[in-house]
Amino acid sequence: MSLDVALWLGQDGLVNGAIYALLALSLVLVFSVTRVIFVAQGEFVALGGLTLAALQAGRTPGTFWLLCAAHGAVALRDGAAALRAGSARGFGRSLLFHLGYPALLAPVLWLAPLRSAPAWVQIPLTLALVVPLGPATWRLAFEPIAGASVLTLLIVSVAVHLALVNLGLLSFGAEGVRTRPLSEARLSLGSVAVPAQAAWVVLFSAGLMAALWFLSRRTLAGKALRAAAMNRVGARLSGIPVALAGRWSFALAALVGAASGVLISPITTLYYDTGFLIGLKGFVGAVIGGLASYPAAAAGALLVGLFEAGASFWASAWKEIIVFGLVVPVLLWRSVAARHVVEED
Amino acid sequence: MSRRVAAAALAAALLAAPLLLDDYHLSLSCYIGMNALVAVGLVLLTGVSGLTSFGQAAFVGMGAYASAVWTTSPAVPAALGSWATSPWVALPVTLSLAALAALGLGAVTLRLAGHYLPLGTIAWGLSLYFLFGNLEALGGHTGLAGIPPVPVLGLALASPRAFHLLTWAVVLGAVLATRNLLDSRAGRAIRALKGGRLMAESMGVDTARMRAVVFLVAAMQAATAGWLYAHFQRFVNPTPFSLHAGIEFLFMGVVGGIGEVWGALAGAGLVTVAMQWLRDVLPRLVGQAGDFELVVFGIAMVAVLQRSPQGLWPLLARRVPPPPRRLDAGAPPLPRRAMPPRGEPLLEVRAVVKRFGGLTAVDGVSLSVRAGEIVGLVGPNGAGKSTLFDVLSGVADPDAGEVHLRGHAVQGRSQRAIAALGLCRTFQHAQLVTGMSAVENAALGAHRRGRRGVLAAAWRLDRAEEARLLGEAARQLFRVGLGADPWRPAGTLPLGQQRLLEVARALCADPCLLLLDEPAAGLRHLEKRALAELLGSLRREGMSVLLVEHDAEFVWGLADQVVVMDFGRIIAAGPPAEVRRDPRVVEAWLGAEG
Repeated sequence: MSLDVALWLGQDGLVNGAIYALLALSLVLVFSVTRVIFVAQGEFVALGGLTLAALQAGRTPGTFWLLCAAHGAVALRDGAAALRAGSARGFGRSLLFHLGYPALLAPVLWLAPLRSAPAWVQIPLTLALVVPLGPATWRLAFEPIAGASVLTLLIVSVAVHLALVNLGLLSFGAEGVRTRPLSEARLSLGSVAVPAQAAWVVLFSAGLMAALWFLSRRTLAGKALRAAAMNRVGARLSGIPVALAGRWSFALAALVGAASGVLISPITTLYYDTGFLIGLKGFVGAVIGGLASYPAAAAGALLVGLFEAGASFWASAWKEIIVFGLVVPVLLWRSVAARHVVEED
Repeated sequence: MSRRVAAAALAAALLAAPLLLDDYHLSLSCYIGMNALVAVGLVLLTGVSGLTSFGQAAFVGMGAYASAVWTTSPAVPAALGSWATSPWVALPVTLSLAALAALGLGAVTLRLAGHYLPLGTIAWGLSLYFLFGNLEALGGHTGLAGIPPVPVLGLALASPRAFHLLTWAVVLGAVLATRNLLDSRAGRAIRALKGGRLMAESMGVDTARMRAVVFLVAAMQAATAGWLYAHFQRFVNPTPFSLHAGIEFLFMGVVGGIGEVWGALAGAGLVTVAMQWLRDVLPRLVGQAGDFELVVFGIAMVAVLQRSPQGLWPLLARRVPPPPRRLDAGAPPLPRRAMPPRGEPLLEVRAVVKRFGGLTAVDGVSLSVRAGEIVGLVGPNGAGKSTLFDVLSGVADPDAGEVHLRGHAVQGRSQRAIAALGLCRTFQHAQLVTGMSAVENAALGAHRRGRRGVLAAAWRLDRAEEARLLGEAARQLFRVGLGADPWRPAGTLPLGQQRLLEVARALCADPCLLLLDEPAAGLRHLEKRALAELLGSLRREGMSVLLVEHDAEFVWGLADQVVVMDFGRIIAAGPPAEVRRDPRVVEAWLGAEG
């Protein structure tokens, strides 16, 4: 292998690894706050990329209709709860937000000249369309059974993945998309020319990861989130709004997912089902880190990226098998380290 | 309608089906059967044992491909003659391969927390799917064709009509074997896996091994379904073995009722038919091609888990009540352990320390229990009594100090090793398998006194031993005063009686040292007196008891020795009459004014 190839593979692995690390971090965050292993996180990556591509192509992204449907369902659920409780307090606000929000977006989508708009308009709009789907997913799928076992939550999470990935197919079709990069420039790395977008991906991911880490470890809100994860009752007694913790962590997960999708869509062709594999690789990274530690998860995910780059060079047909096979030695090692019987909740 | 009648009706319907249905519906019924076979394994794995797998489709694929390669490849068995390519020879090969894969996967995930297995199986399901598609020898994405049909008595089962019988014979065989298994010594251990692992280990159950066994059984049932599939379709490609198929299998179990074997049948039927129907209807409705049934499927799965986590089975079960059960009073009693001679040192605890971070819960505790003695361990809440119990029974390792049981150093040994020496305990918070009957819960205590395993249980070769185990359980239930309704689910007993059931379970272990953690809490006055009498008669039989209890009168009246703990240390020890006058005890117990 020549130095050029090594450099190329290294940057490729680094770029993918950065995205996996971002997703791994947000998986750890969601898991530690809600005990949900959010398998469907990858779908937000696909939705982010596909939505941006639709905006750039001058089409109304299907995400808008997903958002309407999800918000409608949440409003219905809140309405039913208000009926049962015999009081409409809070329901009015829910109705206003869940129906008003898409109503506010609609004129922008239909009237503004989005196709020719600059990236700093298109990208926030993409996030505005995708991110609210995160809390809505929490409200609809997980909140009613927030106290269930990790296993039940995982099964629900897989079911959500199944529904979302096929809703993606329904709203965007099966064609792959690429979006316009933030800049067309190329950086030269020795003799290898690397698209500037790759550098953007790494920089943005690093920034977002640092922000996530800071948020969860150093701020009161982050500490409250973690307290809600460790002991729901205790946290509630201490005045932490536990119900909000789920919504916020899912909003963060959706934000991280959509942002990842936006970042990589100029350098990777995204299909409606690409997100799942990307998410799972982030997940392999998180497992390497033991689903607990942020730096370990990030390091694990970077390793996955580099491994994948190497595998795609030497045995591209076996790439996925090799990457997912990585889990086995890691689990084996963790398994040997575990001594006492662990009682699950 | 009783269950027997319902089962007979089902069997008759299946027998008559080939005469009544056309090929299309018979094929559908065959697919339902194969799906049910996988779902039955998931009931055992997920519903009963609290483990789960999204990778069952990969095991199905493994079974299908292994048999396909074995029966079509000219290279493998050519030297052995034509009989070697028979599907019947391929079946054991297939099963061994699946067993090996399951053992390997189980070995790396089953010792970890419950969510690592499903996660491992997702990776496994994806990898194997890609492998099927990429291996030249397996025909890549086009697959393998020309697989021979299964011959039975010289007849090739090539039509759905002929195959229907084989499929359902296998399925019903698996259902019966699984039900038999759950109603046995091994089955009780398996039913304790979900949420009761600590307790089960204390009763001598090797829970890691039982988890592996369950995973193995589920994988082999899936591989058998794959074998059927390959020889029914006579053609295999990777598509039906994707991760999504694995999720569908799990959903069949969840919809039908993941806790019950028959529920898997109902779920497989419902989901298979509904998916078939949605696959026809939805693309026409939406106006484009795609797997839109999966949207409905995913949302339905979430709804079922939210609304009715028990699935459909409880609804069906109410219409078909189970037959009443009886105990065989004539079974010979189990052999008993020889009690150590009265007065012999049984338990020696020397300077044991247990810390949790900065908190020292047990701080240099020493005490001893002699054979045939009741020692009361008392003290305020948080004094470290239950932690000490955990250290003695092997639930927790001490940070320092020694524990000797019958002359063996046992600090840091496993719960099972300590149980084998004759120590059995109850738990402060009753640890019962709530859905299981009282007598079966008690019989869990006698786990170490039986030998019959999974295979014997599945084919009912364990009945003689089983009658003795249940007989012992019934005797101990009677002894603690719960003999009236042995088949009542343990979870429906009042809290005080649940504690008595814990005592009965511990007695089933035939221990020489009994560790009781607040057995009298929640009991009424008369029940307490009966318990005290029971403990007294156990002492006469030579058993020793270490007793944690808050009811002072109960302890003073019963114990030979009393040890008082406060803040992790022993503040007084000796005969009850002396200890209760000790000023430090009075202060710790009653406050200074006493």
